[in-house]
Amino acid sequence: MIPELGHYALVLALGLGLIQSVAPIVGAKTRDAALMRLATSTALMQFVLVALSFAALVTCYVTSDFSVKTVFENSHSLMPLIYKFTSVWGNHEGSMLLWVLILSLFGAFVAAFGTNLPATLKAHVLAVQSWIAVAFYLFILLTSNPFLRLVQPPIEGRDLNPILQDLGLAIHPPLLYLGYVGFSISFSFAIAALIEGRIDAAWARWVRPWTLMAWMALTVGIAMGSYWAYYTLGWGGFWFWDPVENASLMPWLAGTALLHSAVVMEKRNALKVWTILLAILTFSLSLIGTFLVRSGVLTSVHSFANDPARGVFILGILVLFIGGGLSLFAWRSSTLKQGGLFAPISREGSLVFNNLFLTTACLTVFVGTLYPLALEALTGSKISVGGPFFNLTFGPLFVALMFAMPFGPLLAWKRGDLLGVAQRLMTAFAVGLVAVAAAFAIKGRGSVLAPFGVGLAFYVMMGAIVDLVERTGLMRLPMATVRTRALGLPRSAWGTAVAHFGIAVSMLGIISAGTWGTERIVAVNPGQTVSLSGYDLTFDGVIERTGPNYNAQVAMFTVREGGVVLGVMEPSKRNFSARATSTNEAALMARGAGQLYLSLGDSNKDGSIAIRLYYKPLVMLIWLGALVMMFGGALSLSDRRLRVGAPKPAARSVLQPAE
Amino acid sequence: MTRKQRRLILIGGSIGVLGLAIGLVLNALSGSIVFFNSPTDIKEKQIAAGTRVRIGGLVKDGSVQRGDNLRIRFEVTDGKNDVPVKFQGIVPDLFREGQGVVAEGKLEPGGILDADTVLAKHDERYMPKEVVDALKKSGRWEESEGRLAGGKTP
Repeated sequence: MIPELGHYALVLALGLGLIQSVAPIVGAKTRDAALMRLATSTALMQFVLVALSFAALVTCYVTSDFSVKTVFENSHSLMPLIYKFTSVWGNHEGSMLLWVLILSLFGAFVAAFGTNLPATLKAHVLAVQSWIAVAFYLFILLTSNPFLRLVQPPIEGRDLNPILQDLGLAIHPPLLYLGYVGFSISFSFAIAALIEGRIDAAWARWVRPWTLMAWMALTVGIAMGSYWAYYTLGWGGFWFWDPVENASLMPWLAGTALLHSAVVMEKRNALKVWTILLAILTFSLSLIGTFLVRSGVLTSVHSFANDPARGVFILGILVLFIGGGLSLFAWRSSTLKQGGLFAPISREGSLVFNNLFLTTACLTVFVGTLYPLALEALTGSKISVGGPFFNLTFGPLFVALMFAMPFGPLLAWKRGDLLGVAQRLMTAFAVGLVAVAAAFAIKGRGSVLAPFGVGLAFYVMMGAIVDLVERTGLMRLPMATVRTRALGLPRSAWGTAVAHFGIAVSMLGIISAGTWGTERIVAVNPGQTVSLSGYDLTFDGVIERTGPNYNAQVAMFTVREGGVVLGVMEPSKRNFSARATSTNEAALMARGAGQLYLSLGDSNKDGSIAIRLYYKPLVMLIWLGALVMMFGGALSLSDRRLRVGAPKPAARSVLQPAE
Repeated sequence: MTRKQRRLILIGGSIGVLGLAIGLVLNALSGSIVFFNSPTDIKEKQIAAGTRVRIGGLVKDGSVQRGDNLRIRFEVTDGKNDVPVKFQGIVPDLFREGQGVVAEGKLEPGGILDADTVLAKHDERYMPKEVVDALKKSGRWEESEGRLAGGKTP
């Protein structure tokens, strides 16, 4: 009964979606306030229905109703409750339902909180949002119905893929989807602006909070995915330039560019057309990411099933929205008025620089991700494009971007003074140089470029601090004045500095762990000791442990540093009988911001066991940096001007419906 | 500066960055991509020693020899031809004789692959796509052997 209710709710949502796709547009054309207002109710109702549908699926999973096909295929009655819950989206069908749940959630947000939007704009935005929703409802109902029943219900399920039986599944996909789907709002706003043929600074002010929210979620979502891969895959890598990873990195890069160009549009009324294009491109890249991951073009842990019909359907959605969006852009963008002059050396100029490099970097990732697929389709030869390619292309572009980063916030709007800014950044340059020298002195080996990378990271961090010091007048003015200035500083200025600081922190972690990490891969016998980077690990033996739905062999290692016992590391192998599979659980031990990382390989006949031991200095900074970036975004989001909203120009009030 | 000049600077800058990126991409593509081959391809294409390649196939039955310090030698087969592979390190959990495997490394004189990466399938339902294609090419693939699903490539 419950699965049927869930299915039915989804069909109802589709019906409402269809109404919402048309009615508000007709309303906007005929100036019918009631029709336009209808969109608000349908958007809220859509969310309620999809939430019901999702709740129904959750119920099936939590109660282990194996008469439902997806539950049978991806769940097991012995699984802990948290995994029963997360396995709802640990498969293709359920994850698409999560996708539309978040999509309708954002639609409901616009409906509920967009009270200060002009009525026609709101109507158009909700209509476009509904087009996307309808496409994905149809996709689910026609090709990926999660509520399908089995005629003969089995007694036991096939269990969730053991790799996914992890807390990461509770965090990573929802956050990533919040990011992907959040960009749909910027897309809807862009399309609505094109339909109306009118766009102004207020538009950017409405779009920015949504973009920021999506960007924050995506930042942490990607970082969480990276950390999950790091501790789960057993070889200590945190980024593999795998196509599925690139699929999430591309919208992030474009979204970051969009955040910055929207600032120019909001403050200076310039770069309008470009911002619209970026909004379309960012969501297009989210859709391409979904296509790559969900269509089965790529095999990875993310592609749960391989059904050609699904791939074709998503490709259809892709072509419709990207092609449609870009065509509309080509047709209507000339109607948008250009505005805001600025010199090349100015805040605007620096943001253009940012956009140019971010989009180009995004393009190189795009080429590296899709070239192998295109080549295979065209010539049949298979290649793999991996780390070296991206280091050679993405790397230099990002270095240039990082170098320019501290300049941007210090440059004045309209016309800036490059030399003056360089002088103000002297402290940052000095700190960077000292860091280079220190890095050379402390760590002699590894790439020659790495110390310069460290210097660059410290320079960016110091640059962010210099920005705040300059703005608050610290060191120059009396403390009381500094206090008032710091309190009066817009939160978005704090946000900028914090987020820029965060990316430098991540960069520092990446360079340090990548360059100065050490590793040993050896076979050890009980009683034997392995040493790495000053740590001694003694293998005490293997014990057996029983989990809810697995058996584990746990190897016990006592860790000592200079004879002092630091603790025990317990890497293990878990055997899941339901799928006849095993997973490798690495053991981690924090050493400052670095980590000792130990994972198990094969056991040999002589009783020895192969281990991988890594020491990764400062590795935690990679993910901490992402959290700092998110915090910067949150500060910016709490800025007064985004909360209060834009004042309505008097001329437009004529078009407001009588309320 | 006039509007036109500013626009020119902007467009010139964009073309410059784009050109730089294209240069970087072409340079990287010529140097850092790895071609995927089946054992038969390796035999037929006469690939020069020292080239980086990725091969896929099944671990040949009875070919695995383990040495000291986690050294391992095995042969990758697509049913028609075999390629010997040597590797030092930990092979994946599901690395077994008769199972699908992908190995990447440098081809040495004498046709031995000095692998630095060995990937195996991750669960019972998943076979690396490259392995399936290699087996299909040599006609050793039957649809009943397995369907493609799940399992992270690395």
